[in-house]
Amino acid sequence: MKPTGYTLDTTFAALADPTRRAILARLASGEASVAELAKPFDVSQPAISKHLKVLERAGLISRGREAQRRPRRLEPRPLADATDWIERYRKIWEWNYKRLDAVLQELKAKQKKAVDALLEDVKPKPRKRKLK
Amino acid sequence: MTKTALKVTTPTDRELAMTRVFDAPRGMVFDTLTKPELVKRWLLGPPGWTMPVCEIDLRVGGKYRYVWENADGRKMGMGGTFQEIVRPSRMVATESYDDHWTGGETLVTTELVEARSKTTLTMTVRYASREARDAAVKMGATKGVEASYDRLDDLLKEETR
Repeated sequence: MKPTGYTLDTTFAALADPTRRAILARLASGEASVAELAKPFDVSQPAISKHLKVLERAGLISRGREAQRRPRRLEPRPLADATDWIERYRKIWEWNYKRLDAVLQELKAKQKKAVDALLEDVKPKPRKRKLK
Repeated sequence: MTKTALKVTTPTDRELAMTRVFDAPRGMVFDTLTKPELVKRWLLGPPGWTMPVCEIDLRVGGKYRYVWENADGRKMGMGGTFQEIVRPSRMVATESYDDHWTGGETLVTTELVEARSKTTLTMTVRYASREARDAAVKMGATKGVEASYDRLDDLLKEETR
């Protein structure tokens, strides 16, 4: 079951911000308090709290019970659809671009050969030393 | 770590952007995106597919049409119209799959930036509406939460530098 109020919209809006993505990345390795989350960022604690509110509303994080710390933790469920979708794109384009690398290498080799041949034509011929 | 890693981000709630660096000048990269004989060689998606149809009328208002086929004879087609062409730096085109698995028409912007004879290609897919994007997301949502969670870590880390 999806948490109430969860929509893809709020998920994507939440993910669109780099600080919020960083917060989620941090929470992916374990729960943390607001102060702990604010530490690595060059922003005030209220600013972090604002980001956390957005993430909470999107159902991406939740609060622990512990009274003082109220640690935030990641809620992976709402993100599942979104990550699946993104991964689908990634996979297809990784395949495509790997092949494109090979095509470009081939074109570059061809171009180099053509340029070399052209330079060979316009190069003044050596008078004395003959290269074998 | 690798210079050629594909970066996938969601710049707005209706867009998905993919960025990749190629070891070639952008004029050459532009050619591989727009010349059918070159496109056919790499725009093939998962292994096992070929591209029997690749038609590109490269001008504003011109259409393109792609059809892929796998060994079982399964076909998938898509196409669209060019809205903007600035060789070799930018291209905007509509994109619509025959069976609408992407949730309807999308607008695809391709940007090429060259530095030190390497080209950074950014492709941004913009959905017409939130509904269209939601449909696209739901269409292929077959994998379990766990599998996604496993990848989540990588995804978030990559996106946050």
